[in-house]
Amino acid sequence: MPVLNLVQAVNDALRLEMRRDERVVILGEDVGKFGGVFRATAGLYEEFGENRVIDTPLSETGIIGTAIGMALYGMRPVPEIQFLDFIYSGYDQIVNELAKMRYRSGGQYTCPMVIRAPYGGGIKGGLYHSQSTESVFIHHAGLKVVVPSNPYDAKGLLLSALRQDDPVLFLEPKRIYRAARGEVPEGDYTVPLESAAIVREGDAVTVIAWGAMLHEAVAAVDRLAEEGIRCELIDLRTLWPLDIETVLGSVRKTGRAVIVHEAARTLGLGAEIAALIQERAFVYLEAPVKRITGWDTPFPYTLDEHYLPRAPRIEKGIRETLDFVA
Amino acid sequence: MKTAARRTRAKERKASEKYRLEGARALFLYRAMVRLRTIDERMITLQRQGRIGFYGACTGQEAASLGAAYALEPTDWIFPALREQGVMLLRGYPLVPFLAQCFGNSLDETKGRQMPSHPASRSVNQVSWGSCIGTQLPQAVGAALAAKLRGDPTVVMAFSGDGGTSTADFHAAMNFAGVYKAPVVFVVQNNHFAISVGRTRQTASESYAVKGVAYGIPGVQVDGNDARAVYAAAKEAVDRAREGGGPTLVECVTYRMGAHSTSDDPTRYRDPKEVEEWARRDPIERFKKSLIEEGIWSEEQDAALRKELLEEVNAAIATVEAAPDPEVETLFDDVYAQMPWNLREQREECLAAIAWEKARGLSSGH
Repeated sequence: MPVLNLVQAVNDALRLEMRRDERVVILGEDVGKFGGVFRATAGLYEEFGENRVIDTPLSETGIIGTAIGMALYGMRPVPEIQFLDFIYSGYDQIVNELAKMRYRSGGQYTCPMVIRAPYGGGIKGGLYHSQSTESVFIHHAGLKVVVPSNPYDAKGLLLSALRQDDPVLFLEPKRIYRAARGEVPEGDYTVPLESAAIVREGDAVTVIAWGAMLHEAVAAVDRLAEEGIRCELIDLRTLWPLDIETVLGSVRKTGRAVIVHEAARTLGLGAEIAALIQERAFVYLEAPVKRITGWDTPFPYTLDEHYLPRAPRIEKGIRETLDFVA
Repeated sequence: MKTAARRTRAKERKASEKYRLEGARALFLYRAMVRLRTIDERMITLQRQGRIGFYGACTGQEAASLGAAYALEPTDWIFPALREQGVMLLRGYPLVPFLAQCFGNSLDETKGRQMPSHPASRSVNQVSWGSCIGTQLPQAVGAALAAKLRGDPTVVMAFSGDGGTSTADFHAAMNFAGVYKAPVVFVVQNNHFAISVGRTRQTASESYAVKGVAYGIPGVQVDGNDARAVYAAAKEAVDRAREGGGPTLVECVTYRMGAHSTSDDPTRYRDPKEVEEWARRDPIERFKKSLIEEGIWSEEQDAALRKELLEEVNAAIATVEAAPDPEVETLFDDVYAQMPWNLREQREECLAAIAWEKARGLSSGH
């Protein structure tokens, strides 16, 4: 089985689906001849031509708005936003138009599309090439938000996203675009949306993470395993609608929960997950639900590794949760 | 030189003859304009009586709105702005569900999800409009680009007001349309006001039409209160788009004779003299006069038409008003293709809360 990195797996999924479904078109800045600034669309322009891999003028609202019109007309556009940080000129189109089109038209008009965007910190990108703002999109009804943490899931989740009828924000953790490598089957397979993966089984505490921070959480959890502390680690994969049953099933078993994300803490997705856990598993809890997250500051340039919740901070937080006695 | 100029004029004459609206087709458009005026007048009254919550009338802009859309084929697409509701009726949408959108009840095809004056129907290729100005413009370019890539002969018409031209989306749409030579016609309804803000606070440009130049798009300015002139300009643009000639910006110079919406009081920012002056250029009166002069219409026929339309509208209102609201359960439909767990739970919670209220006699209905 071929070993690919995460960005190659994304490329593989796009190529496969474009061969299978002629309605699929890619559009964005530098996606054509150049193959994308991260090479996610490399070779697609050569194979599918300028009518299906479309270089656009530099305007996120133009890209998303145009993609909405294409989707309304029956195509399956896959707009690429070069960095999630740049998406806000298209925010109105996403949250007021794309997310609400099905609802406001009484189900007559739908916009199946997958917006791909590299996101997150750890590449020395400063404030505007690092942010992790998934929760602002989750807050608007009508969108799905997906984050793969490895090449296998990246391909399988992207293929699933491309084959369903709701708009999806597909966030690619660029910190691990090349670092995350793994076996990826050739040809067609899917990983279902709205289904989390249990990455490590355990009974001491439930750790929930996604994207690049999943790897930090793995390091922390494996470190604790050396001492015989068995943590259950969940890769959420689809952030919304999230796999509530897997989360609750684990927390009911462990009685303790730690949520890890690189987004800022206040009103981050961890807040919602903590609320869901206390609403539905209150009597099982033996400790407060812990959030180990980015800080409530803008994303820093020089001190970025102190902003991100890296393995040592995660390990410390897990230990505090394990040590908690009411 | 002289010969060349004569030849150009002859060509222009030929072009205008080609796009001239005559006979039954002219009468069809006129009838649609009077019908829309009748509806607008009735719906404003209904709003004043508290029977509907809001209304955005087209009054004064019927020629610009309907005249432009009349240049389209049924398979063409419309991305409307606030005052383009009437286009649906022009294109054959039935009156009852149209009016039901203003009541948001169970006869509304869009299930009571939007404020009044926001109808949409796939049956007439009229896309759903939000309320955030300008957003429909890049979407229209996308639909046009999709049609072009598929090799369909579809043309897309996108409407906006003068205020809409100030948005980032207008710029993006014009730019994308120019770059891709998309088969889209932008119709800017220059009605001189974006709610209360007049032209000089909207742009320092000599016209809205001239804005096309920067995007490599032909721009034409037309008397928006002359239904035939609007139709001719739009038809020329639509034909060009269909033949692969790319986008056009058509500026219709018109006037919003009424308020922005039923929530507005234009006496606070408009000179009544200006309103009177434009009332004399009422597009319906002008069209009627020319039809009568041509001998294909009469005052008697006109009076009969208005009576017939008022009866039709009143009968439709009676039908619509008798319909119940959408079922409460539908509040949670159409958010996603399949309802996720949180919405299933919230639907149950909502129904339980209603039952709880009812059991205690607290429910006042809705």
